[in-house]
Amino acid sequence: MVSRRTMLGAALALTALAMPGTAPAADFAGKTIEWTIPFTTGGGSDVWARFFAPLIAAELPGKPTIVVKNVGGGGSITGTNQFAQRARPDGLSILGTSATTQFPYMLDDPRVRYDYKNFIPIMLSPTGGVIYVNPSLDAKSAKDIGKLKGKEMKYGSQGPTSLDLVPLLAFEILELNVKPVFGMPGRGDGRLAFERGEALIDYQTSSAYLRNVVPLVKQGKAVPLFSWGIIDDKGEFARDPTFPDLPHFVEAYEQAYGKKPSGTAFDALKSFIIAGYAAQKPLFLPKGTPKDIVDAYTAAIQKVVSAPDFSQRAGDEIGEYKQQVGAVAERTLNAALNINAESKAWVKNWLTTKYNVKLGE
Amino acid sequence: MIDTILQALVNLLTGWHLFYMMVGVVVGLIIGVLPGLGGIAGVSILLPFIYGMDPVSALGMLIGLIAVVPTGDTFTSILMGIPGGSASQATILDGFPMAKRGEAARALAASFFSSMIGGLIGAAVLTVFVVAARPIILSFSSGELFMLSILGLSMVGVLSGASLTKGLLACGLGLLLGSIGAAPATSEWRMVLNSDYLVDGIPLVIVGLGIFAIPEIIDLLRRNSSISETTGLGKGWMQGIRDTLDNWWLVVRCSAVGCIIGAMPGLGGSVANWVAYGHVVQTSKDRSQFGKGDVRGVLAPESANNAVQGGDLVPTLLFGIPGSGSTAIFLGGMILLGLQPGISLIENRLDLIYTIIWSLAIANVVGAGLCVLISRHVAYLTTLPYVFVAPFMLMAIFFAAYQSTTAWGDLVVLVALGVLGAYMRRFGWPRPPLLIGFVLARSTETYLYQAIQFHEWSWLWRPGVLIIGAFTMISLILGMRYGRASIDEGGQTGQPKTIVPQLLFGGFVAAAFSYGVYDSLKQSYLAKIFPLGLSAVALVAALVVLGVIIAGRRDHPMNFDTEAAEPEGILSMEHFMVWLLGFLGVSALFGFVIGLAIFFATFLHFKGGAPARLNAILTGSAVAFMVGLSYLFVVDFPSGLLQELVDMPWPFR
Repeated sequence: MVSRRTMLGAALALTALAMPGTAPAADFAGKTIEWTIPFTTGGGSDVWARFFAPLIAAELPGKPTIVVKNVGGGGSITGTNQFAQRARPDGLSILGTSATTQFPYMLDDPRVRYDYKNFIPIMLSPTGGVIYVNPSLDAKSAKDIGKLKGKEMKYGSQGPTSLDLVPLLAFEILELNVKPVFGMPGRGDGRLAFERGEALIDYQTSSAYLRNVVPLVKQGKAVPLFSWGIIDDKGEFARDPTFPDLPHFVEAYEQAYGKKPSGTAFDALKSFIIAGYAAQKPLFLPKGTPKDIVDAYTAAIQKVVSAPDFSQRAGDEIGEYKQQVGAVAERTLNAALNINAESKAWVKNWLTTKYNVKLGE
Repeated sequence: MIDTILQALVNLLTGWHLFYMMVGVVVGLIIGVLPGLGGIAGVSILLPFIYGMDPVSALGMLIGLIAVVPTGDTFTSILMGIPGGSASQATILDGFPMAKRGEAARALAASFFSSMIGGLIGAAVLTVFVVAARPIILSFSSGELFMLSILGLSMVGVLSGASLTKGLLACGLGLLLGSIGAAPATSEWRMVLNSDYLVDGIPLVIVGLGIFAIPEIIDLLRRNSSISETTGLGKGWMQGIRDTLDNWWLVVRCSAVGCIIGAMPGLGGSVANWVAYGHVVQTSKDRSQFGKGDVRGVLAPESANNAVQGGDLVPTLLFGIPGSGSTAIFLGGMILLGLQPGISLIENRLDLIYTIIWSLAIANVVGAGLCVLISRHVAYLTTLPYVFVAPFMLMAIFFAAYQSTTAWGDLVVLVALGVLGAYMRRFGWPRPPLLIGFVLARSTETYLYQAIQFHEWSWLWRPGVLIIGAFTMISLILGMRYGRASIDEGGQTGQPKTIVPQLLFGGFVAAAFSYGVYDSLKQSYLAKIFPLGLSAVALVAALVVLGVIIAGRRDHPMNFDTEAAEPEGILSMEHFMVWLLGFLGVSALFGFVIGLAIFFATFLHFKGGAPARLNAILTGSAVAFMVGLSYLFVVDFPSGLLQELVDMPWPFR
């Protein structure tokens, strides 16, 4: 098996050599690439990396081995700091982060010692999310959001600076009286509280929603209101292709209030939706990596994601959204990370006054 | 349904499926035998290999591993007094004294056999409950989960040894240690001493190894002999099996305890083994031998910790919510295989669910059998001069601790807790309550907070809360009635010549709680209330203990110092603590690999008097073993000052 692969590799290399001009300068033959994941084994980011690692390795010139190195702790800040400090721009160290890594950077968390400006994005794996409520609230769809106003709804949350920042901001903008109960170890625990009837409103990311909430909706135990939506090429909100029948956040707001949402809070929400969902899992090379290596990675990943059987192999955990590669990925990420100063200040102040979160101390 | 069940069995036994399950079992046993490494480390090792495997093989392999880890865990707990994993901590209390008096074979046989039965009961429970448990689990609200945590804490009553006050204080120390880090309600940082490391809280593995293993290693080194006071394993394999059968009702009860605790989100093997141990002490007529080598003290935690796995998988498969660390990674594995745990998996792929259950059952039987086969060789270690065993144990413990978060803080906290544990042992502060407090700190606080947020105080009247509350009352009453007669850790006290060391340690405990009060006053209301209430009450109790030691009679049970009973001329505890600090120090200077080599060579030379050749072989094999493990795990070693200054090649990086 191995020898066949080696021979195939050799054959490919010979072909490449035989075609001057197309031969990539970067060559990883016999090398081991270390893919740092700043989370512990078995989490979403780990599964994502372990799915992609062999596929990318097979498409890179020289067919290197890619090993996933988990450096957990500090809500992914520790491992990312370490990568920022140690990684060399030789193409043998790559990094995969997540929304959990992006948010503290955007909020100027003092523990963050990495700068996204020093990373080159190669790929972005997006996801989405759906908000749903308990049927006893008598809301049938987003049109009934007005009916929910004034009703106190509890929400099982992981904490105000986690990915839950997005739903909490959305509830604020929709003027819903949502009372978060913090300390849930994961989103699954929030859903369990919803199923027990302790929480009346909840949200799940797309794959968890499809697998665990859709059955509840069919049984009449949950009512979906809206999805986050995606950001289209013009930078506007559009319906999430996974949930074409659900309005996205802006539509939901319009249905409830008869006008489009706007203002500082909404600008902030938009930035965090992009950083949390459209750009949820980026893959990076360190800044200063030679162009031939960057190009080799971009080409390899482009091949991986455009393979005809890619979305089938990826399953609904990874493959339900279009993976963004190269320049497109960079543009999306910048849209999120270049949050304007006013919105940032507003969010920080809101976190402090509403949830007693003090950042920058 | 019967058809599906049998079809799954046939499927598992054909082709390569069985082979892969055996791979899982063998890896699981190795991981289990290595101290401190548990299911989390094991599943992490296998995870990279399962992508692309067929689901039956992959599930068999992962479950085979998860199933036998608590079986293999037992070796170091019984033979060396070092917890093989967080689910085998309670086994030490009676298993290790049995090994010391030459009954290792009996203790191991009882442990393996009861583990197997516990595992089979767990599998049987999973078979039934995976289709029926949904409403039961949904009926456990945050209120019931809080009461379950309190029920666990009530076990402190019977695990406190001679002085209940000291036991409660030790439990308080555990709760305080468990409150370090981000507060569950508000994410505020508590007691982090300006260290990024402490923000995530202290990992359980490190607390177990620090509090139990390091004091034991220090003590054995001071005795300067082998672990076993007699030679070898002793006879008694059949006796161990008979013990299990004679106590079959106990084994069944403790397995049930394990299943129930395993099925609850947030509670797992680390809680179940203590609750089972507390249960057996509470319900036994003759308590005089607990803590000194009562075989029932082995049967209870060992049957419970294997049964936990069956219970654990109920919420994992039903809701996609992991019941423990290892099932959390198992969930990741299922997703890699393209399987989405949840109700739809149970409706559509019942065959795979039964594959999991059969794997669990078969692996438990095979694992117990393999353990019996290898135990003679493992037990040989207990007859070696301990001075040659200790450096290897320290190496394994340091490596395991470092796996928790791969930060220097892991090693520093490990040694600090080791020192704390050693003095607790010396001054008669029981260590099991500290562990119980620690494992339950987070769930107690979180669920109390959630229950009040969701229901205000009305949760107190939920029927489930009242029923568990009644059990807790019974447990407390039993604990108070029998507190005096219950287990102690076997240390002997004499008539201390001086009470100054005890006062210093008591003063340290009081200072820790004072810091708890001081720190919590800076927090907001929801982050403050739990550590503040706890520290304030404990501070008062600590002052009472100090007062009794100063003013009370010399033979009062609170006045306790094992040094008074030590023979003349024995090396002090502090002597070996300095060696430990030295190990830490050279690693800080040169990085772990070089530091390990230096520590091994010096220790074997000065303490063991090893000839140069033997020294070189032992040191070389230790370093080679470490490098091999690190290659498997894909982790760097702790780096030192040298690595900061010079760019070193792997594995010295």
